[in-house]
Amino acid sequence: MYRSHVLICGGTGCTSSGSGKIAEKLQEEIDKNGLSKEVQVVKTGCFGLCALGPIMIIYPEGSFYSMVKEEDIPEIVSEHLLKGRVVTRLLYNETVTENGIKSLGETNFYKKQHRVALRNCGVINPENIEEYIGTGGYEALGKVLTEYTPDDVIKIITDSGLRGRGGGGFPTGLKWKLAKENHADQKYVCCNADEGDPGAFMDRSVLEGDPHAVLEAMAIAGYAIGANQGYIYVRAEYPIAVQRLEIAIKQAREYGLLGNNIFGTGFSFDIGLRLGAGAFVCGEETALMTSIEGNRGEPRPRPPFPAQKGLFGKPTILNNVETYANIPQIILNGAEWFASMGTEKSKGTKVFALGGKIHNTGLVEVPMGTTLREVVEEIGGGIPNGKKFKAAQTGGPSGGCIPAEHFDIPIDYDNLIAIGSMMGSGGLIVMDEDTCMVDIAKFFLEFTVDESCGKCTPCRIGTKRLYEMLDKITKGQGTLEDIDKLEELCYYIKSNSLCGLGQTAPNPVLSTLRYFKDEYIAHVVDKKCPAGVCKSLLSYEIIADKCKGCTLCARVCPVGAISGEVKNPHVIDKSKCIKCGACMEKCRFGAIVKK
Amino acid sequence: MGLQKKTVPFTGTEEQKAKLLKVIAEMKEDKGALMPILQKAQEIYGYLPIEVQTIIAEELDIPLEKVYGVVTFYSQFSLYPKGKYKISVCLGTACYVKGSGDIYNKLMEKLGIAGGECTPDGKFSLEACRCIGACGLAPVLTINEDVYGRLTVDDIDGILAKYQD
Repeated sequence: MYRSHVLICGGTGCTSSGSGKIAEKLQEEIDKNGLSKEVQVVKTGCFGLCALGPIMIIYPEGSFYSMVKEEDIPEIVSEHLLKGRVVTRLLYNETVTENGIKSLGETNFYKKQHRVALRNCGVINPENIEEYIGTGGYEALGKVLTEYTPDDVIKIITDSGLRGRGGGGFPTGLKWKLAKENHADQKYVCCNADEGDPGAFMDRSVLEGDPHAVLEAMAIAGYAIGANQGYIYVRAEYPIAVQRLEIAIKQAREYGLLGNNIFGTGFSFDIGLRLGAGAFVCGEETALMTSIEGNRGEPRPRPPFPAQKGLFGKPTILNNVETYANIPQIILNGAEWFASMGTEKSKGTKVFALGGKIHNTGLVEVPMGTTLREVVEEIGGGIPNGKKFKAAQTGGPSGGCIPAEHFDIPIDYDNLIAIGSMMGSGGLIVMDEDTCMVDIAKFFLEFTVDESCGKCTPCRIGTKRLYEMLDKITKGQGTLEDIDKLEELCYYIKSNSLCGLGQTAPNPVLSTLRYFKDEYIAHVVDKKCPAGVCKSLLSYEIIADKCKGCTLCARVCPVGAISGEVKNPHVIDKSKCIKCGACMEKCRFGAIVKK
Repeated sequence: MGLQKKTVPFTGTEEQKAKLLKVIAEMKEDKGALMPILQKAQEIYGYLPIEVQTIIAEELDIPLEKVYGVVTFYSQFSLYPKGKYKISVCLGTACYVKGSGDIYNKLMEKLGIAGGECTPDGKFSLEACRCIGACGLAPVLTINEDVYGRLTVDDIDGILAKYQD
């Protein structure tokens, strides 16, 4: 028994900010102080508060240290672990109050969260199957195999109201039922871990923090539909997740929780890992399966649906990582428990990856129906630098931008679709007044042009034309007619593309047109970019009254566009200016403005 | 797409070939083996020139066109060698909103190469990548296995200076 446990986040966010070295240094210091039999260092999955990484929690006190540096380690060991004195200066400042130290659960970031899919992330060591078993892991699989028929399992999942967390929101129970009803000599269970939406990292965090939950759920799905083989298709860009999955699969096989005759019930199930190779379209279900088969990851028309003819032509179910992470909990706690959370048609919780212009970038899990305002302002801590909220982008390149007027909308599948966005996999990127909505639409279209697989014409050529029109507008060469054409083409692409990628590719354009048409008009009529992003439409000027003639701007200008006498107001030669903004950044008197 | 890029002659060794043949022999019976084999081959050679694709096509007894089709479909497979230091700038949404586009442009300017290219001395190659999932640290770039986050354009010189050997 250890008297103290130090939990260090080993997720991608904290690893990127150096948590690996910190863990090593900590172990070294602990050994040096002769504490190695008393204190255990555990590398866990993501705590969620990535903005403050590297993060460390010391139990039993529950002290939450944020932005820990290597040089802080000796102090933490000698003060906290040796003498029992909390190092207040390193505590997450929200937990420090006048009346002592608040527990993490009471902070704004965690208070409104409800962790189901993330329940083990940041709690257990994901590389040790016993820690997962210790928190009730594989109990659900045992229960299913010994107490339930496949139909019972499907009924529980159906009654829970769980819908696919990958974006579409298809009822999971129904998906399983369809696959079960198709008889075949071989069926497959697939897991979509090809989290391609830029700015989304929910699935990665689940795989890194709690990989066994996904394996267990896939085995349960295998039992329910009558499959004995599973595949996890995971992005190669997630090396930590891949490594933890490899370890987890190996351990589960060693413990007899994967493989032949699980729990002596005669049920056999095994899982293989397939790595993606960087193609966004492979997140689409038919493309993903084509890719597992070893082909170009192009989608194919549906029907036949995967439940009829999927991987290698056999009935297949494909669910997303987060969907699976909910399954063992639903089995253990019952359908009613899960259905008691959320809104009428969207049950349970949803994990969001908060990013962009927001204080607490990171991972949050909230009940469906939580408002955007609660997520952005309370949990996310609002917008930095006193800037104003402009929009939240959900659903990645397939989604849309939600403007401030819908700030109080309860987030669920149907509400988001009604306002022209979509849940998507759960990326939530906050944009402030400095973000140009035309530029953002262009950014997403550049992405879809690049990622379009080229199989169908509306998507291959249509998205390219959309991009060109947006590019023209951001360069100040657009006309009002272009805006109408843009919209028309959007609807054409939506209704004629083969797969989800093409059908949703115009969404970023349509939603920005819907809520921020004035910005488009400003670009084409006034030839101005209100947010000051589109370079062709900008000009820099020096306000003569404010300029002290310090010459700093003239010295930093890379093209020598600024001239003037010392102690006299300077001027910018607009024909030479390349609009790099270096002068404005350096000016100490606020004398340079961007128009 | 790759036509304008300079290529270097293929310098694969017998040792590399033996490794590849071993990998193929181990995996060829698996369903959908082509992708995992290509991934291993890229680990062995660093990239997938036509010579390597030919070996794979012959060993698996499938047309070279099929192999080439798969290689060119996925952005992680490269027909060209990468630099000693592979720089990837994340142009995912979270990083883009926080200014990774400027960082990418600055690197192109500093290194004198476009995205997807390699400096003539073979030292640095530059590419844009999609979200690596470190959005909490945006904007982010990686050089081989090292991750640099919370970047500003002014950090670039200091970071490149660390890779001068």
